[in-house]
Amino acid sequence: MIQFDAVHKRFPNGTTAVHDLSLHMPEGGVTVLVGSSGCGKTTTLRMINRMVDPTSGTIEVGGKDITRQDAAELRRSIGYVIQQSGLFPHRTVLDNIATVPLLLGHGRRRARARAAELLETVGLSADSGRRYPHQLSGGQQQRVGVARALAADPPVLLMDEPFGAVDPVVRTQLQDELLRLQKELSKTIVFVTHDIDEAVRLGDQIAVFRTGGHLVQCASPTELLARPADDFVADFLGAERGLKLLSLKTLADVPQGPAPEGGAWTLVLDEARRPLHWASASDGAEVPVRPLRDADSLLSALNESVAAPTGLVARVDADGVLTGVTSRDDVHTHAGRAHTEARVAA
Amino acid sequence: MTIDWSWISGHTDELTTLAISHLQAALTAVLLGLLISLPLAVVAHRVRPLRGFLLGLSNVLFTIPSIAIFVLLLPISGLTRTTTVIGLTVYTLVVLLRNTVEGLDSVPAKTKEAAKAMGTRPLRTLLTVEFPLALPVIMAGVRIATVMSISLVSVATYIGDGGLGQLFTDGFQRDFPTPVIAGVVLTILLAVVADAALVGVQYLLTPWKRRRA
Repeated sequence: MIQFDAVHKRFPNGTTAVHDLSLHMPEGGVTVLVGSSGCGKTTTLRMINRMVDPTSGTIEVGGKDITRQDAAELRRSIGYVIQQSGLFPHRTVLDNIATVPLLLGHGRRRARARAAELLETVGLSADSGRRYPHQLSGGQQQRVGVARALAADPPVLLMDEPFGAVDPVVRTQLQDELLRLQKELSKTIVFVTHDIDEAVRLGDQIAVFRTGGHLVQCASPTELLARPADDFVADFLGAERGLKLLSLKTLADVPQGPAPEGGAWTLVLDEARRPLHWASASDGAEVPVRPLRDADSLLSALNESVAAPTGLVARVDADGVLTGVTSRDDVHTHAGRAHTEARVAA
Repeated sequence: MTIDWSWISGHTDELTTLAISHLQAALTAVLLGLLISLPLAVVAHRVRPLRGFLLGLSNVLFTIPSIAIFVLLLPISGLTRTTTVIGLTVYTLVVLLRNTVEGLDSVPAKTKEAAKAMGTRPLRTLLTVEFPLALPVIMAGVRIATVMSISLVSVATYIGDGGLGQLFTDGFQRDFPTPVIAGVVLTILLAVVADAALVGVQYLLTPWKRRRA
């Protein structure tokens, strides 16, 4: 979908922002560009909608060389979300979202109707459409930013550290929403971040950049975590990269057995058989339980197996009803297997 | 100094005519000043090297004594309303140009960047993003220019115009204070009303500034 070929960007002050970049960003996938500041990831992103023009090399979007298109028209066909949302402070939320449809000449009525539809898509109430950006929270503004980028239904979405300025709780929410939206919309997304956890969570492929605009490695999150190309990538992924890999694997294949009865600890259930807490047989002490579903990660299972007094992970179905428990050993075995498989596959 | 109320009640028509003429001269000058300043400010804002020159020029024009400017214009436009308006316009430039440039400067780079990235062309960005966001600063300039022009119109009495200023000459020549006082009070009244009206205009034009969260 997006193809970089031998792209160089040197700024007038002599710094090289992007060095000989050849990179393919597949259609319908999320490509995350990561690296420390000044590594050229944002410049790379901005070259896609011609906010920056390359010094040499070619960039194609949908098979067409972007320099052969009118820059303004190209930009209208590419959604763009920036940090702190970059909303127009003098326009209502609805009119902000309607920006590109209006530029495309869709007419005010149709553009606003589309904008109202998108409010719901990104999880905002209908009455927030009449407000001005400064009347919204940071997280809400960011949702408006996403809605605005989606308004003309562009096949490509560029996101430049879109969740960089919101607190961690809201950030996780916004990431979840993006994953949910992406499942529905299958856009070709290019996402810039310096947060490796965000990259691992969102990316179908991750491109790691090093200062000087060098692309060091571009791989799936699993491959990247299992086999970093060099020390730079390994350092960037951090000491817990083994654990991060487990965040990509789910509990689905891990076996479960019946919950223990009559031991030192009992799993207390409510009348619908939903786990409430662990209770000690000796002194009646209660330890909270965090039941997990099949779709939860091996990492959260590992965490729960360490936190639970019995080393057992309570497993539940979609309704929260207990289906069984999994031992710490089984979690460990599968964690080890996940690593072996990732190395072999890579 | 006593006010002769009977003179005032006998001259209401004349006072009204003079006040209207006074206001017309001032407002025409501000409008012309805006027409000149807005494009020049865009140039000064976008072309850095010209910025100092244009702002400096408006400063120099402002330092010309007001009577001198009318005298200088006499050979060109004579003893007419045109001379009054041109003179006043020259003085509005210094505030209007400076405030418009500052208003355009105050538009956040991030917002302009977003407009560009959405595919807005430069002229549309200027008209639909930059000017609206610069409006509060521009309007501050318009208010100053308006009040200043209203007070300056009287100087044009020297060339036979001057709106309410004619009352001052009349009063002084006859050593009769009532017209002078009436002229002063009406000038102040015009300035206050015009300023309040501009505050109202600004309120209407900037709905996003009304409710602060």
